[in-house]
Amino acid sequence: MNNLLTVITFTPFIAALIMMFFIRGEEAAAAKNIKFLALVATGATFLISLFLILGFEPEVEGFQFVEEYTWLLGLRYKMGVDGISVLFIVLTTFLMPITVLACWKVEHRIKEFMISFLVLETFMIGVFCSLDLVLFYFFFEAGLIPMFLIIGIWGGERKLYATFKFFLYTLLGSILMLIAMVYMWVDAGTTDIEVLLTHEFSHLPLSILGWDLIGGIQSLLWLAFFASFAVKLPMWPFHTWLPDAHVEAPTGGSVILAAILLKMGGYGFLRFSLPMFPIASEIFADFVIWLSVIAIIYTSLVAMMQEDIKKLIAYSSVAHMGFVTIGIFSFTHQGLEGAIFQMLSHGLISGALFLCVGVVYDQMHTRKIADYGGLVIKMPVYALGFMFFTLANVGLPGTSGFVGEFLTLAGIFQVNTWAAFFAATGVILSAAYALWVFRRVVLGDLVKASLAGVRDLSNREKLVFAPLIVMTLLLGVYPSLVTDITGPAVMELKNHVLAALPK
Amino acid sequence: MELIILFSPLLGAVLSGFGHHLYGERIAIYSATGLLFLAAVLSWIVFFTFNGETQVTQIFTFIESDNFISNWSIRLDRLTCVMLVVVTTVSALVHLYSVGYMHGDPQWKENESYKPRFFAYLSFFSFAMLALVTSNNLIQLFFGWEGVGVASYLLIGFYYRKPSANAAAIKAFIVNRVGDFGMALGIFALFALTGSVLLDDVFAQAESLSQRTIGFLWMEVNAAELAGILLFVGAAGKSAQLFLHTWLPDAMEGPTPVSALIHAATMVTAGVFLVCRMSPLYEFAPVALALITIIGAITALFAASVGLVQNDIKRVIAYSTCSQLGYMFAAAGVGVYQAAMFHLFTHAFFKALLFLGAGSVIHAMHHEQDMRNYGGLRSKIPVTFWTMMIGTLAITGFGVPLTQIGFAGFLSKDAIVESTFAAASEAGLMAFILLLIAAAMTSFYSWRLIFMTFFGAEKGDKETHSHAHESPWSMLIPLIVLALGSVFAGMLWYPEFFGYYVEEFFGPSVYVGADNHVLHDAHYVPGWVKASPFIAMLLGFGLSWLFYIKSPDLPVALARSQRPLYLFLLNKWYFDEIYETTLVRPAKWLGTFLWKVGDGKTIDGVLHLVAKRSVPALTQLAVRLQSGYLFHYALMIVLGMGAIVVYVVLFGGH
Repeated sequence: MNNLLTVITFTPFIAALIMMFFIRGEEAAAAKNIKFLALVATGATFLISLFLILGFEPEVEGFQFVEEYTWLLGLRYKMGVDGISVLFIVLTTFLMPITVLACWKVEHRIKEFMISFLVLETFMIGVFCSLDLVLFYFFFEAGLIPMFLIIGIWGGERKLYATFKFFLYTLLGSILMLIAMVYMWVDAGTTDIEVLLTHEFSHLPLSILGWDLIGGIQSLLWLAFFASFAVKLPMWPFHTWLPDAHVEAPTGGSVILAAILLKMGGYGFLRFSLPMFPIASEIFADFVIWLSVIAIIYTSLVAMMQEDIKKLIAYSSVAHMGFVTIGIFSFTHQGLEGAIFQMLSHGLISGALFLCVGVVYDQMHTRKIADYGGLVIKMPVYALGFMFFTLANVGLPGTSGFVGEFLTLAGIFQVNTWAAFFAATGVILSAAYALWVFRRVVLGDLVKASLAGVRDLSNREKLVFAPLIVMTLLLGVYPSLVTDITGPAVMELKNHVLAALPK
Repeated sequence: MELIILFSPLLGAVLSGFGHHLYGERIAIYSATGLLFLAAVLSWIVFFTFNGETQVTQIFTFIESDNFISNWSIRLDRLTCVMLVVVTTVSALVHLYSVGYMHGDPQWKENESYKPRFFAYLSFFSFAMLALVTSNNLIQLFFGWEGVGVASYLLIGFYYRKPSANAAAIKAFIVNRVGDFGMALGIFALFALTGSVLLDDVFAQAESLSQRTIGFLWMEVNAAELAGILLFVGAAGKSAQLFLHTWLPDAMEGPTPVSALIHAATMVTAGVFLVCRMSPLYEFAPVALALITIIGAITALFAASVGLVQNDIKRVIAYSTCSQLGYMFAAAGVGVYQAAMFHLFTHAFFKALLFLGAGSVIHAMHHEQDMRNYGGLRSKIPVTFWTMMIGTLAITGFGVPLTQIGFAGFLSKDAIVESTFAAASEAGLMAFILLLIAAAMTSFYSWRLIFMTFFGAEKGDKETHSHAHESPWSMLIPLIVLALGSVFAGMLWYPEFFGYYVEEFFGPSVYVGADNHVLHDAHYVPGWVKASPFIAMLLGFGLSWLFYIKSPDLPVALARSQRPLYLFLLNKWYFDEIYETTLVRPAKWLGTFLWKVGDGKTIDGVLHLVAKRSVPALTQLAVRLQSGYLFHYALMIVLGMGAIVVYVVLFGGH
């Protein structure tokens, strides 16, 4: 199949169209059909994406499954994957059916809800396989709209505030990135990412208002992209939208936000910043590394004091993303590969943690840690699952959480022991906040009267968690599943970047 | 065979933890116990048939990233063999013991299923510990290292209703993480220096490392020393050495069999094992070794001093463990890894015995743990009494001075004391003195435990005393087996671990530098040195007898007259309080500060300012966007796309 990527990308979109135009009515039967259609569509997308992973040849340099068409008005539609992007696509398609299943009990405007998710899936996959600037920008920005909707319509009490904050943060980054992209197009004469990857953007120092800017144009472009990716990831101090967005988002929204949307920032660094602006990346590497170190320590400490479970996990996400940026900007093989691994793993683990919160939120309608305690007594299976993901989040060896953290730290240690030292304190702090919240929510005696009626996981919920547990464990024990694919691509990227740097 | 040893505990954990719904609790826990006995029997076979050559069995790839390559594998050499025997034997006995001990645990309500979970954790622990000791690379070692940490966390917090148990579990995990932090940095350093995480690659380059320097933080330091010290931070965390010891006494919140297995015989010795395993590195890191000796010796003394005044029977033994681990480190630090391993080996028997014996006492006394409420139990629980007597004779080092006849601890502890003297270094001499004082204290608190528990008048609740009864056979058999080990393990294996066959026995598993003759010299120390631990032991015994048999009013009077000292010891040198004030509270304060002031006032403050001042129009727009009509959004997508298209058409000439 030579248009496999298009098929994967647009299958959910077509399902959304069908849902929009052919399923009518608000009655229970329609709701059921909608849910099943969403499940079938996302499930099918996942199955099709398996062909992608099976057909992917890690050792081949450059992009595979490339499709290229001229689109309307001279725009180009170009897609393709390499060892860096392909697994993000599979992560997305893998998580979507799980998310749909987890949202089975949503009743309010279920049709629009599922449509939003399906459209979102298309946009997310599109981001990871676009090989054209315009197309990338479209998917990258368009993906925000369904997310705004999901938070804005199905969110909690302060959903307006959260959506607005989210919007404001991303707006600035988007505008700057757009300007940079226009410049790139003018400078290189193409929007083809494959060509841009080989284009050398000027790095001669520029004089702006009497200030000498080292790295020149590359630095400016780098900063423009950084503004967008740093917000998305998010990096400290551009992170404060995330806790609010998570807190207000419905469970499914939080899962996708944490598991996939954040990864676009890290992916952006790997796809654009590093290979296209290598000299600027080098100039700013220390800056990014120190922001990341601050993020790890700062947000871990803040996470420790949270009273809201979702906020805690959100802060924990920021800390974990700190390892990603540290790895990327170490320019070492282990750092880069660890960063990719960390993103994939965090997709599974943070997604699962938000699902864990969702399970009890559905029953108790509270996210406050203090409202819980002793759940293990009524919910032993749930407690086991929650514990597993808590330990995975803490980076326990044998779970996927360990591999990324350990590799990124091994990477950064080779270039900056200070950063490695401080970043590694994150493993202590993460243990502190994660185990503490687990204790307060799950352990202890069940004494609160409000909790007397809680029930353990239903079969549907078990089905939601099972694949996540299997994958977290599998990637933790046999990480080569990932590194066999990413290894050659990371090697290529690293060599490309290092070759561009002045000796 | 090694594969069966490694994986049968894992299988047991799975069968017990997940299978009990299918075939009931009884089969679940028996299968876990049975599989551990299988592993133990096979381990002894491996131990006796091992030919001295290092063998590596590859299983499959673990983490592979360019030159960062690690495999799941089993490295079999003498160190592994010793550890296999120690781990599986104690674990199997503890499993058996737990069948009796955990029966009808009053911490649980009726119909609550807790036993399969307990056995699953125990078996999982054994698996992780075996993965640690069989590792051929630093990464699998770290897996086992953290794996045992998690098992420990789960078992300390086994009684999850109890707040104190939960707190102790978290404390154990976090303090261990502090150690792991150092250890991870050590692994990173070794990887950055040697480009490999395989033990053999690291060992091969150890000598060249000692001639290189590495920039670490602000320092430019010797590479071998740095790696050695960082790894030791990990070892100190796991083995509860000074500064990172605070979790071990609290870990006694776990059920007593756990204390015996994890917090006495096996997991806590992992740090000692690590130092011995890394002997090819440490032999080129004299400063790191001196540090190990000093920390070990101070810990031995410190923990023994605290043990003198504790009243909880388990805490006394916990501090004793901490102290004995200090002995092992002191030995490794002076380059006599064999003596460290010897003490590790014998200590596993008598310390597990003491803990299980204590468990039997606690069992008999309806979960009363305060020794002030014991007394006169000698005749009521005779088997427990006699086995604990043997354990005490072993730990205090009873034997015939200047010969090789004595209880297990007599041979191994004396080997350590002699080694520190023979090292003839400042650190060694200091260790020698501290260890001798600690030996006297060990004898004092060990006999104090025996006297308070089994001798004198019955104290405390009469009702409890009248119901005191001997434990079931499933608990007594492990005691008897361990007692046999406590008597004979030292005498039987002295030639291999410390005597005539030592070099042949350890072979290449322990590296001894060309200039390191301490082991040899230790056999030729003066007679008074050899006899000194025995004298210290007698001194401790005599004082203990005086205090707790002859004139039982003395301790109270002494505690009153030396109140500051007494409180200092009773409060464990105030380590917990110091950490609470200097670390925990500031961290919490900082967390709140960063949250409220950093995120709230500063970052969001700026954001709100920007939002209010410059984009009121956007606010309007955003509010309208929230009106919830899908149509608007679809429209926006189209409009947005349209705008781009128009732009491209107008300005695009390509």
